[in-house]
Amino acid sequence: MKEVALLNTGVANIASVRAALLRLDVAVRFVEDASSVVDADALVFPGVGAFGAGMERLRQDGLARALQTRFAAGAPTLAICLGLQLLFEASEESPGVDGLGIVDGTIRRFPRDVRTPQFGWNSVEAAPESRYLTDGHAYFANSYACVEPPDGWAASTSTHGVPFVAAMEKGRLLACQFHPEISGPWGQEILRRWLFDEEA
Amino acid sequence: MLCRRILPCLDVRDGRVVKGIKFQGLRDAGDPVELCKAYQAQGADELVILDVSATPEGRGHQVEVIEAVRAILSIPLTVGGGVRAADDARRLLDAGADKVGVNTAAVITPEILSEMARRFGSQCTVIAIDAKRRDPDDPSQGWDVVIRSGKENTGLDAVEWARQAADLGAGEVLLTSWDRDGTRAGYDLALLTAISEAVDIPVIASGGAAHVGHLVDAFDAGADAVLAASIFHDGELTVGELKDDLAEAGVEVRR
Repeated sequence: MKEVALLNTGVANIASVRAALLRLDVAVRFVEDASSVVDADALVFPGVGAFGAGMERLRQDGLARALQTRFAAGAPTLAICLGLQLLFEASEESPGVDGLGIVDGTIRRFPRDVRTPQFGWNSVEAAPESRYLTDGHAYFANSYACVEPPDGWAASTSTHGVPFVAAMEKGRLLACQFHPEISGPWGQEILRRWLFDEEA
Repeated sequence: MLCRRILPCLDVRDGRVVKGIKFQGLRDAGDPVELCKAYQAQGADELVILDVSATPEGRGHQVEVIEAVRAILSIPLTVGGGVRAADDARRLLDAGADKVGVNTAAVITPEILSEMARRFGSQCTVIAIDAKRRDPDDPSQGWDVVIRSGKENTGLDAVEWARQAADLGAGEVLLTSWDRDGTRAGYDLALLTAISEAVDIPVIASGGAAHVGHLVDAFDAGADAVLAASIFHDGELTVGELKDDLAEAGVEVRR
């Protein structure tokens, strides 16, 4: 049976991610150490909460370096919500805090004239070169987002006041601003395709 | 564009659904898992489970119900009822809830909201407010917050309380009109407008819906989502049909 490692930083709420993976008939193993992060065949990197607190946790136990190593190697990895944001260099949410710096750019706050947090279902337009996404509706819960699609990644987009990156992919690396684990059958399919590397 | 959300709500007592809905093909209308499965298949955007158990023993089923529902549910789940401390919320989140609603406990100890927001994030933290008109015929007199299932009027101003709860870290307001709940007379639109203008966070309207027109009115008044329970109770209207009607009325919904 295929096994997926689920990075448990203790701050993210991961019961829904675990349940969604179990529905794909795979084994789920919680991991919280750097060597498992580097070595896992497939890793899910979830995250909720603030950028600064998330980075503070990753700086412990060498997790930040392990994630940088894993992404540099292009090993199958799914980052969710704050997990996507932490890949960047910085965020307006926590000025002065260095992100993982795996992707160039800064995470921005949504404009003041739209409801924040963005809570709920928004439409996603899949990037033409996307491997894992199709057009559909995704469940979001975020106040900050990547508004400048990074070079070298296939960026699927949504709009909340401004266009922003709903998901970005490069090879076996997939980062979703939305929560695929609670985005209905559409989200469940994205998880399946990423896990088994099937093209949409 | 962000869709308006339809949230069916299940009242659960001692592990069983109260006022179970007799959907076609549903073997056991009292089984929370069966009912959640049916709502999900119909296109519900999220589900809300309120534990209305009167005793701690009855509430002992709460975790197993949530675990069983989570296993089959691929949409967000909000759980409320009997949350007294942030550790109660932790147990519900670990069992599979995505968000936890707090009502009475937050009025008595507002710090529970900031503690939940700090430990689990605002996206997990829902402030449930039961609001009662000071004058049933005159919304300009404002609304009081009532707690303990309406048995106690706190004298707190509902609009002010919503603002304070958002400042403390609540990420969403579940707003129930005590005057309209169970009446099928439509949502208290003045209340919805007052609260949704007072806070930036999303507002879920609850209490009074009988037909699709009431939902359209609620969205027009500022609701981001609507909680609906009794509207589905006769089993004749499905979430999917309701969404078709909403779309026809020009409301953006997920289909």
